Amino acid sequence: MLDHILSGDRPRSRILAALLLAAFVCLALAPFLFPGTKALGVAARICIFIVLAASYDIVLGYTGIVSFAHAMFFGIGAYGVAIALNQMEVGWLAIGVGVVCALAISAVLATLIGFISLRLRALFFSMVTLAFASFALIVATQLRDLTGGEDGLTFSLPRMLSPGFRLLAEPLFGVRIDGRVITYYLVFAAATVLFLLMLRIVNSPFGRVLQAIRENEFRAQALGFSIVLHRTLAGVIGALMATLAGALLAIVLRYNGPAASMSFEIMVDSILLMTVVGGMGTLYGPMLGAIIIVLAQYYLQPGMALLSGVLTGIPILPRLFNPDRWLLWLGVLFVVIVYFFPTGLVGRLRERARTD
Amino acid sequence: MPVLETRQLTVRFGGHVAVNAVSCAFEAGTLTAIVGPNGAGKTTYFNLISGQLLATSGAVMFKGEDITRLGPDKRTRRGIGRAFQLTNLFPNLTVLENIRLAVQARAREGVDLFSMASRHRDLIDQAQHYLERVALGGRARTHAAALSHGDQRKLEVGLMLALEPDIFMFDEPTAGMSVDEVPVILDLIDDIRRQGDKTILLVEHKMEVVRRLADRIIVLHNGTLVADGDPETVVALPIVQEAYLGIRPVAAHG
Repeated sequence: MLDHILSGDRPRSRILAALLLAAFVCLALAPFLFPGTKALGVAARICIFIVLAASYDIVLGYTGIVSFAHAMFFGIGAYGVAIALNQMEVGWLAIGVGVVCALAISAVLATLIGFISLRLRALFFSMVTLAFASFALIVATQLRDLTGGEDGLTFSLPRMLSPGFRLLAEPLFGVRIDGRVITYYLVFAAATVLFLLMLRIVNSPFGRVLQAIRENEFRAQALGFSIVLHRTLAGVIGALMATLAGALLAIVLRYNGPAASMSFEIMVDSILLMTVVGGMGTLYGPMLGAIIIVLAQYYLQPGMALLSGVLTGIPILPRLFNPDRWLLWLGVLFVVIVYFFPTGLVGRLRERARTD
Repeated sequence: MPVLETRQLTVRFGGHVAVNAVSCAFEAGTLTAIVGPNGAGKTTYFNLISGQLLATSGAVMFKGEDITRLGPDKRTRRGIGRAFQLTNLFPNLTVLENIRLAVQARAREGVDLFSMASRHRDLIDQAQHYLERVALGGRARTHAAALSHGDQRKLEVGLMLALEPDIFMFDEPTAGMSVDEVPVILDLIDDIRRQGDKTILLVEHKMEVVRRLADRIIVLHNGTLVADGDPETVVALPIVQEAYLGIRPVAAHG
């Protein structure tokens, strides 16, 4: 049963299995374990970035293509929902229309990028994706009437998802079941289904061909597999998943703008790092990476403020851990992880499990 | 009608003509050995037939269809199998998974996104069968990179068997193998030959192997087809003695 849900792709390391289980339980019970608006927002963001980083892993880890256009697809999903809720009557229909349009646009762009990739070598392909991403960002900031420009768009959600809505008259285990909690569970459920779907895809006959292409493209083609078809399809699947993650982000934030979803900070500081730190080509790796990096982005700064306070009186140290320096420490953390675990955290954990 | 035919097949790299107007037809159910000194264009000729290289001019006909412009994946799906001279495997996948991929390539049309590869018992069972045919049944779970050179050669041939092609192209299948491993490959080639309807192309340096297996020998020299005929006749030709075997015929001294 469990094997079927995980598509036969076991964590293959006890530590990893424990970590994943703990993460799943914490996220499943987040509204009850970590009450508070900020904590719930962070939990929702973790769910969304798990889907986003995993979708990038299908492109980067399973086919070896370095694309910088992934945040673009994330942004398209977020803008799809934001624009539809702004232009149409607020409701589930608007969300549906926004998501479907965004998926269609992403599919077309991803196919286009896929076909271009045939004609280019890896480095030039990355450049092309960078050009696509810049272009999308310019379009998003310049089409002010539609996208709200730099300021972005705020919008209302269907009544059930708005903070004022009460599902139950009485609190459940001391937690008021309001629109925020319902939104969180919508995101959690969607993220769970999408992650398991991706796990299935990479373990399907199609996913095995992707691995073969990554291992030895020349031989995979000589066996009769079309490289173009498989690479392009992997790119489209990754793009569609990122689009759906973007739609979820817009719903959680009730806002979307270029910096929230489409920027290069999202692409490099979040998507790329999560995938690389967690371990490419494992899908569980980006999941761990997303959790660690979102937590660091939200709690490293306050954590350092706390540490800095404790260390007052000692020379240098309080200044070193001054909360303003949190980005420096985040950078140090990444360099250390990438340097010591070139196969990512999951790669390292699995090596450990094999040698034990 | 021949199953495979090359017509005036030529490929140039800059000013160098690697294969020069080679016209040759291969009948179903025959084993043709292709011989010639190093650099004669044998592997290049193979690449033109299986699609790794595209011809500068000339044509490749397979079962009456012009496949000159098709990529290697399309040619494989039409029934042209190839085992490479330099071992060309999926190094970090298991031996079984290597073969399973070949079985999948043949047995499954299109893409299958939503089923679990590990649940397709039929493909796995078939893969196991081919592993046993190349005497690797016991190594199923080993990573391909961890195999000995000889076993990697066997796996290379196993990949081609699993494709169940109409044409088998062996490019020096026994190169670098130890003496006791060679018979596994030779027996396999014999097996395929006995099926009667398969066409085999064999590039091989060992003359005793060629003589034992071939119905016909063609000789390439500097990219040109210089001799074509049954083994006894071809081996006796002065040009073969000189160009391929490096023996100067006595007559040539005078």
